[in-house]
Amino acid sequence: MNKVIYLDNAATTQVYPEVLEAMNPYFTEIYGNPSSIYTFAQKANRAVLSARQTLADFIHAKAEEIYFTGGGTESDNWALKAAAEAYESKGKHIITTKIEHHAVLHTCEYLEKKGYEITYLDVNEYGTICSKELEQAIRPDTILISVIAANNEIGTIEPLMEIGQIAKKHGVLFHTDAVQAFGHIGLDVDEMNIDMLSASGHKINGPKGIGLLYVRKGVKIRSFIHGGAQERARRAGTHNVPGIVGFAKAAQLADNAMDEKIAYETGLRDYLIDRVLKEIPYSRLNGERTKRLPNNANFCFRFVEGESLLILLDQKGICASSGSACTSGSLDPSHVLLAIGLPHEIAHGSLRLTLSEKTTKEEIDFTVEQLKEIVDRLRKMSPLYEDFLRNGAK
Amino acid sequence: MYSEKVMDHFNNPRNVGEIENASGIGTVGNAKCGDIMRMYLEIDDAGVIQDVKFKTFGCGAAVATSSMATELVKGKTVEEALKVTNKAVMEALDGLPPVKVHCSLLAEEAIHAALWDYAEKNHLVIDGLQKPVNDIAEKEEDAGEDY
Repeated sequence: MNKVIYLDNAATTQVYPEVLEAMNPYFTEIYGNPSSIYTFAQKANRAVLSARQTLADFIHAKAEEIYFTGGGTESDNWALKAAAEAYESKGKHIITTKIEHHAVLHTCEYLEKKGYEITYLDVNEYGTICSKELEQAIRPDTILISVIAANNEIGTIEPLMEIGQIAKKHGVLFHTDAVQAFGHIGLDVDEMNIDMLSASGHKINGPKGIGLLYVRKGVKIRSFIHGGAQERARRAGTHNVPGIVGFAKAAQLADNAMDEKIAYETGLRDYLIDRVLKEIPYSRLNGERTKRLPNNANFCFRFVEGESLLILLDQKGICASSGSACTSGSLDPSHVLLAIGLPHEIAHGSLRLTLSEKTTKEEIDFTVEQLKEIVDRLRKMSPLYEDFLRNGAK
Repeated sequence: MYSEKVMDHFNNPRNVGEIENASGIGTVGNAKCGDIMRMYLEIDDAGVIQDVKFKTFGCGAAVATSSMATELVKGKTVEEALKVTNKAVMEALDGLPPVKVHCSLLAEEAIHAALWDYAEKNHLVIDGLQKPVNDIAEKEEDAGEDY
């Protein structure tokens, strides 16, 4: 096995040593339950309070508006289900998009079965929603707009500011699944009029199993996990103190290094995109060219299939992901790639590479060289490519 | 996720390519699901498969099942080739993950489609061979989609 080249940072990230170091005492020494009364446990309680403040500051929220959860998926589930229930008397209409993560999409499908009506907004060929269409979709019984901040597959960043303004103007709640965006681009819940925001620790070099839901003060949202009085009795369960501390540390590091990280990753990402599009024929970039996550590149290679591509890349030590049916566990390729208008056969040949600030130019060069060979090899055995050449390569 | 045999056939697929003026060609699958297999058969006057080649667009299992299927039918008579089932292909590969079983069915269908083409070209009736439902050779749409 060659050295591992990890280009799947949208799946998860490496925990920073500083994060682990910050977490460690809360496993071994300061292990008290923050809900306990004695002095020994109060150290853990203070750590939770301080972490909550750090995370709140990061998105310009107040500490009491941050609720810790078990991860991004839980936050999305909570936001949608609890808002649906709390605002049921106002109406049962929710607006979302066709390119949400399954944590939102499948929750919406669940709500549909419970009698809610969901509007799934189309996106353009770059994966961006049209704010005019959003505004037109709002009805008197609309209670919630949920739009992903930055898409997990194609990296497109949605116009959060505009969405927030529209939601505010019409008095509708605005939730955003910011699991991919949080810590990677600047987010300001006040400036963007965001009422609820989901984020996750492990996408920003923090630990797995910790997330947060920001809920603006005044938003009526009910308890999701019933039990003790933790998280103002809205999300019961003993606090995951090491996770919370690690999440806050990761956010703090992300905050300190954000401009630098964005500049570095964007440069390397653009280099990767330029090389691939220039050197591999019949390839295309999916998603917005510039308004995309700094570390995300998503391509389609015509006439090849994604899983085959991933296996061959893996054999070279390169970790990547694809939106092909084979990797989605169904017969259909990614709903996101279909929503941006790609035909099935092209959507099957997608490849997502997500970088980190540790990714080097040498790694990108190696990856592009391998990719060229692999795509060529797969095309040589592709009947689609054979037909394409026979039909005069039109 | 895959057996060593599947990985071997994926990494070193046997009989990849085309046969010019093949006795029979069959293409099955559909791009929507992400798997297309094409089989080329070279059959002599005695009805023995002298050569076989394939091309496949699909996942690791699709490539491996095509490759194994070509090995299983090579040198066989048409009648014997007809008896190569998806089960035989799977067994020869030491099994497939449940979600990939359809790939082995596709391999069986690809052989049948190529045999059907051979039978039609030569006005033969092969016992037990039915017109393949999955043969997309004739209804294939123009691949020139906007890109």
